[in-house]
Order: sequence, then C-alpha cells, then structure tokens
Amino acid sequence: MKSGSNLEKVLESGQFAVTAEAGPPKGTSAKVVQRKGELLKFCCDAMNVTDNQTAIVRMSSLSGCVLLKELGVEPILQMVVRDRNRLALQADVLGAAALGINNMLCLSGDHQKFGNHPTAKGVYDIDSIQFLQMVKQMRDKQSFINGEEISGEVPMFIGAAANPFADPFEYRVSRLAKKVAAGADFIQTQGIFDMAKFARWMEGVREKGLHKETYILAGLIPIKSVGMARYMRNNVSGLSVPQELVDRMANSEDPKEEGVRICLETIEQLKEIEGIHGIHIMAVAWEDIVPRLVEEAGLMPRPIV
Amino acid sequence: MITVEQKKIEEITEMTKDVERLLVLGCETCAAISFAGGRRQVEELCAALRLARADQSIRGEITGDSVARQCEPEFIDMASDKIKESDAVLSLACGAGVQLIAERFPDKIVFPGTNTTFLGVTEKMGLWTERCAGCGNCLLDKTAGLCPIARCSKQLLNGPCGGSMNGKCEISKDVDCVWQQIIDRLSRLDQLDKLSEIFPVKDWTPAGHGGPRKLVREDLKS
Repeated sequence: MKSGSNLEKVLESGQFAVTAEAGPPKGTSAKVVQRKGELLKFCCDAMNVTDNQTAIVRMSSLSGCVLLKELGVEPILQMVVRDRNRLALQADVLGAAALGINNMLCLSGDHQKFGNHPTAKGVYDIDSIQFLQMVKQMRDKQSFINGEEISGEVPMFIGAAANPFADPFEYRVSRLAKKVAAGADFIQTQGIFDMAKFARWMEGVREKGLHKETYILAGLIPIKSVGMARYMRNNVSGLSVPQELVDRMANSEDPKEEGVRICLETIEQLKEIEGIHGIHIMAVAWEDIVPRLVEEAGLMPRPIV
Repeated sequence: MITVEQKKIEEITEMTKDVERLLVLGCETCAAISFAGGRRQVEELCAALRLARADQSIRGEITGDSVARQCEPEFIDMASDKIKESDAVLSLACGAGVQLIAERFPDKIVFPGTNTTFLGVTEKMGLWTERCAGCGNCLLDKTAGLCPIARCSKQLLNGPCGGSMNGKCEISKDVDCVWQQIIDRLSRLDQLDKLSEIFPVKDWTPAGHGGPRKLVREDLKS
C-alpha cells in the first residue's frame, strides 16, 4: 500500500471504483461542502474537491477536504500549479498528509484568463508532470524536490488527469505514459461523450500496457439540458461532444431523463472496455443526480475494504 | 528585437503636461524597427503633442531628436546638449533606454513614451509576435527550435496540456498551441522520441527570479 486510502484499497482489490466531484463554494459556508458530502457519502469511494476550478476563486480545496473528512467522506485533494510555486505546493502536501488526506490529483489548472481574476499573474513554476514526480519523491524518498529530507511520512495516492480528446490525439497516449512514469497511481479522465475516440485512445493505452501500471477512472459529466450540451460542444476547450448527442438532447421531451440515460449508457459501455478501473462523475451543479446514477448503474453499495 | 509600442497620445500629454521644455528622444534600433520610436515617429509625436497641447492651452516647447541606441551610454551622451537644454525627456526607446537616461542625467526628469512588450519577430508588416522570454537557459535544442517558455500560456515543459484543440491554445482561438507545433516539427524531423523523457523542473534563477540579472565578460573588460 502506498497510501492506505480507501480509493487505493478499492482499486487494489480489483473492484470498479466510483469517485465524484464536489466544488467548494464561492464563500465561507461549510454547509455547502457538508451537504455535498452527505449527499455523495454512500455512493462513491472518494470525493474530489476542486481547486479554484476554471480559475474562479472559491474556498480552498484543502479546507473542503478537511470538511469532508470530518463527515467520514474520503477526499481527493485537487491541486493546480497555476496558483502555487514549488514551495507552496510542497507545504500543502505536507499539510494534507498531516490532516490525514491521502489522495491527491495533480493538475496544471485552467488558465487564469478564464476565471474571475483574468489579470492575475499565473505561477506555473513547475508543470503537472513535474508535480507528480515531486509528490512521488516526497512519498517514496521522503525528500523535498531539492533533496532535503522530510520528517515524517507522506502517504499519498497520487492522481493525474488525462484528456484523450485534446490535440494532438496521436500524442495523448505518450503523454499519459509520461504521467505514469512520473508517478501517477491513478488517472481521472476528461468527461467522455465521444466514445469512439475514447475507445481508440484506450487501444493505444493497452498497446503500451499503461492500464496495468495505473488505474484509469473514466470521466463522466451528466448533461442536464440541451443548452449545456451545446455550450460544452462549442465553448469548452478540450471537450468533444458529438452533434448526435446534442441532437438527442434537443429532440428529447424530458432532457434531464435523457441526460441520465446517456450517462448510464456510457457507464455500461465503459464497463466493457478493458483497462477501465472505475468512473469519476463530475456533476457540476447537478450533484443530486449522482446517487441515482450510481444506483442505476448497478454500482451500489460501495465496497467496504 | 525588443518590440515596443508607443503609448497613447492622451497618456503622454497628461504625463508631460507640466513640462515647459520637453525633448522627445527616439532610438534608432529596436524602437525604430517597431515603428514606435524612430526618427519618423519622433517627428510625428512632436507634432501630435504640440497639437494636443494647443488644444488644452498647455504652454511649452517640444523638440525632437534621436540616437542610434539608448541602451549604450556613448550614444545617449551624443544627445547630452539637447537633454541638458530641456526640462524633461520623453524617451521613445524601450524601458532600458528610459532608465539609462535617468542614470546618466540624475537631475533630469524622464518619461516613458512607449510600453516595452516582448522579445519577438516581425511576422509581417504591422504584426510582431513573441519568441523569447529571456529565461537565461536556452532549451530550444530539445523543443525543435520552438520555445514553450515564451509561447506556451502555461510555460509547460512537458506539454501540451488538455486544452490544446485544433492547433490552438485554450486561452484563445487566436493563439497557436506551441506544443502542437513542437510535436508536429519533431515528428517531421523524426525526433519525437526527444519528448519521451520528462523535462526536469526549471531553474528560474537566470530567468530573473534570482534577483536582477547581470552579464559579466571579463575578457571584454578594460
């Protein structure tokens, strides 16, 4: 065991894992995080807490993780290199370990230009792959990136993101290989709408045997409305939303139900793909739907390991 | 080249409104190539300033001159008579020129007439784009001659990030993804394996994060 986290145990035991995402509020209310925690507590193995997602300032990820942990929900600490240099990143990793947080997701982060402080100076001292390497070194060698010794252990289950839908497509498997070599124990992918493209990417992943070196959790974004589908198709960089899917939402009499059906169909297809070890549900502003999705996908109850 | 862009006439007029005798001093190197601070722009700006001042009933005298390079003391000194005769200097060089004037003439007020933008190239008439961030430790040998420090919005050394789409950066459809270009070029050169190793974290000291930088060549010192 690298971290002893619940997520690691579920994946190690060979069971299909479920993670979900909770965005902290643009404010100081602990209740917002706690409500999401209570809602998702029994339907996932661990919960991601986003870190100034889309470069919009919110309650810190680390605080959100602590609030979840107090409820008995296992958190996954998301951290972006956009806002912190190597000193701050390492300090927060130590803090997380001290607070009993044992999963993290190492990200570059959306560019600050997207967010609500577009004139901010981005940090980008190190990149997401170097960040993975750094946390692995902290855990495995108990040393900082400068080689100095760390007092105490850093039991982290280290995650990375992968986006099979970004360009250049041909390089995306190689980039995953770099992340695995850097230390990614698990991967959470971008939300999948284009199953054909995802399946092609997974073929490449299997050719390199990467699915045996890391756990791959396939990303899902439940769609609530045709407007949301269109927005993601046209405006969100790094997403691939096929026109057929937008049409399907547009022609449905009950778009919410259609969104649920699409999500459940996607999960069924994902279960059939060799090398997929679980799913990661990012129900932005629609967390309420997650328990039903997990239930109807036949993934309840969550294992106790 | 260092690209510079002339400040707006309103800002320059406001900045210099209390100056009786103003010298507009051009620079015939980068600022001239940028069409922002050469002899011709000095003349045009002098005329524009006189008009703007007349409009606002601001008194005073505007004169213009230009030197080969404001980043070298001997060239600045060639304008020293005119500088001494004026109450203030509006430099149309880059920020380096503005500061060297300030250092050479401790009692003289100096204003920047331009915004210094970046180290770049002239892509075509009227279009300059950034190429170099002056990071002090060139890695272009590893990235097919294209710089991720200057040209990747996140300065990723192990790119591209998940926001690269159709050759464009996630921040704008007008910005090329340099990592797409690096991969394309390395593929063409059959050197894509150069990217299989992880680029180590960068030492930002020579990039200016170790304090102001200095370059010393003992062999050239007299």
